[in-house]
Amino acid sequence: MPALARNDSMKEPTMRTSLWTATRLVVVLTILTGVVYPIAVTALAQTLFAAQAKGSLVRGADGTVVGSRIVGQAFDDPKYFWGRPSATGGGPYNAAASGGSNLGPTNPALIEAIQGRIEALQATDPGNAAPIPVDLVTASGSGLDPHIGPAAADWQVGRVARERGVDEATVRALVGRYTEARTLGLFGERRVNVLLLNLALDDKAAVAQAAADALVTPAATLGGLPERWNATDVP
Amino acid sequence: MTTLGWLSMAATLGLVLLLAKPLGEWMARIYDGRPGVLGPVLGPVERFCYRASGIDPTSEMGWRSYMIAALAVNAVGLVAVYAFQRLQGVLPLNPAALGGVEPFSALNTAVAFASNTNWQGYGGETTMSYLTQMMALTVQNFLSAATGMAVLVALARGFARRESSAIGNFYADFVRSTLYILIPLALVLALALVSQGVVQTFAPAVTATVVDAGVDADGAPVTEQTIAVGPVASQIAIKQLGTNGGGYYNANSAHPLENPTPLSNLLELLAILLLPAALCITFGRLVGDVRQGWALLVAMTVLFIPLAAGMYAVEAAGNPRIAALGVDASAGYDAPGGNMEGKELRFGVPASAYWAAATTAASNGSVNAMHDSFTPLGGMIALFLMQLGEVVFGGVGSGLYGMLMFAVVTVFIAGLMVGRTPEYLGKKIEAYEMQMASLAVLFPCAIVLIGTAAAVMLPAALASRANPGAHGFSEILYAFTSMGNNNGSAFAGISANTPFYNLAGAAAMFASRFWVLVPVLALAGALAGKKAIPTGPGTLPTDRPLFIGFLVAVVIIVGALTFVPALALGPVAEHLSLWSMR
Repeated sequence: MPALARNDSMKEPTMRTSLWTATRLVVVLTILTGVVYPIAVTALAQTLFAAQAKGSLVRGADGTVVGSRIVGQAFDDPKYFWGRPSATGGGPYNAAASGGSNLGPTNPALIEAIQGRIEALQATDPGNAAPIPVDLVTASGSGLDPHIGPAAADWQVGRVARERGVDEATVRALVGRYTEARTLGLFGERRVNVLLLNLALDDKAAVAQAAADALVTPAATLGGLPERWNATDVP
Repeated sequence: MTTLGWLSMAATLGLVLLLAKPLGEWMARIYDGRPGVLGPVLGPVERFCYRASGIDPTSEMGWRSYMIAALAVNAVGLVAVYAFQRLQGVLPLNPAALGGVEPFSALNTAVAFASNTNWQGYGGETTMSYLTQMMALTVQNFLSAATGMAVLVALARGFARRESSAIGNFYADFVRSTLYILIPLALVLALALVSQGVVQTFAPAVTATVVDAGVDADGAPVTEQTIAVGPVASQIAIKQLGTNGGGYYNANSAHPLENPTPLSNLLELLAILLLPAALCITFGRLVGDVRQGWALLVAMTVLFIPLAAGMYAVEAAGNPRIAALGVDASAGYDAPGGNMEGKELRFGVPASAYWAAATTAASNGSVNAMHDSFTPLGGMIALFLMQLGEVVFGGVGSGLYGMLMFAVVTVFIAGLMVGRTPEYLGKKIEAYEMQMASLAVLFPCAIVLIGTAAAVMLPAALASRANPGAHGFSEILYAFTSMGNNNGSAFAGISANTPFYNLAGAAAMFASRFWVLVPVLALAGALAGKKAIPTGPGTLPTDRPLFIGFLVAVVIIVGALTFVPALALGPVAEHLSLWSMR
């Protein structure tokens, strides 16, 4: 760029000398920000928060990894609570290829997919006439959402209890145990961890404990729906 | 809409404004060469950077040298990102044995990361090796942000200096931005994110035995879940702080391993707006009048609040066609409600809507929900925030220098109204300054409109649409709006990994970032050479509500005049068809 490099009052470096300086600087900064920084973060993370840094893995009784507590899994057996629909590539809840449906709000394919989910849910519980909460029929952004809302869990309690031959109160007590609160009561949503809840359902000791809890505490305070005190209907 | 939702959004914005002042003051001291407590620790590293590269940090540069240095560093960075992607198959730290990235995609990604856009035509976990993520993408997240900060500081010197031919030393501004500001903040944020569950490991993907075996898309049985992991937190921290937005995973910050809890979401949201907001205060300090910085920050906030609130309102209203199926979409204590397609339950509607507004206001472009599935008006707000030229907070450094171009235009228009020579921050604004500011303001607009127009005339480009009707047009408009303003978010249904979008997009991102940088630095050079003129009774005070209101109006009018016709064809048309139930 000779036009830019013409000399006026100050010494103007040429593009060529600048490129050489820039190359050396980029090499140094690549080592700092691309090697030293991520390795430092890894070392500190693996020391201070080892479980989280490795993926918050959940192990079964025999020590095998059965999932991550923050990555959802696909459930389609009526004896389990179902999670959010998932649109990941190659099948639902593919944690090697995350993604949403990217269907637009007016796309007929979106409405058809939701209609299909409603029918599938109702087929598992024909007597349940309550409207299905929206999070149970819409695909999450990641396709790996580990949570459903407490209302979406509540919709499924009757079915899961019947399929397993357990009291609804017992199942509600378990849902309550795996319900996480809003952060500081303000940020995010109240949510139920589907994988942890289903693992507990398969765990006889956890179910027995929940049954005992349900005897001493009214179900409403455990998993039932409190009054929607903060809901303001949108016209 | 819920009271809690509104409160959580107000608290999130309040925290940014609360932190802007101390951080802004601290950065001003760093650019003055007073790093404070970090000096003894990082001073030797800074001096090593200069020594190893043969740089004299005290030698002053004119605007041309400053520009050449900035372009040279970015050119080298761009080539490095390209090379890492092409060669990753034979380089180490590639446990998934991913091959080299194909050339057009690699070029697009290299430009995307060098230009602080971070448009991603690829899926992170299925395309990039750990080494590429670390040594190419993470590095550019630092360096592109530091470039924007350096250029802003140079512009501040242009206003502050009198009859000077120099605007500082690019390398010094660049290295100080990286070392004293970006690395310490990123280190702290990365660890905070890991505490919430963001992964940080060099181990290969984890294989889990699933609880309820199912079938995949082809009907084959699935008994295992492969969970992609990697050095994620270190990249996510700087991706948010540097307004880069390029995620580790395809789903970006919607992915639970990138953004696992409402607290991690809050931290990442703070990080998106933190530096662009704080740099307003830094700018005020550097030009010797901190009220001028506050005025710019207030203008940005005034533009941001109604658009963010509007985003929440339209997303909470949900999709009438889904409601018509008998689904319960009302929000409550135990249910998120609203338009949940493409959104994560843990964030719900308020935190997803706020994020969508923040990430398009700042030129961040990371997403915690899929914008393609937003309501038509939600998508329109995201589009409009980008189309304002990425000056509502905007990119780190680049947002504020973009807003300063608008401020120059504003004082000029005000000057025309009263028939006085316009001045800003004690400098006369004359024809040359106006030309430079107009170039910087109008150039991205032209890129967006020309790119979109070209795409809708090419069958190959039209074939990339994922959704029918007006929404398909919105996908194309969004792609060029995002790349032409260096944002990087997408209506992600569009198949952007095609030769057309990779090449046209690379050209748009490159031109928008580096072409705008030239008039900004030229303006800095011209201003530095001017005498300071004393404030007189006819001077328009630029730290008062009158000017702030005028500036906001100019930003909106330029954006609206340029883009309302295009918005009418896309989101407005879709909105009307969505609510006319058939």
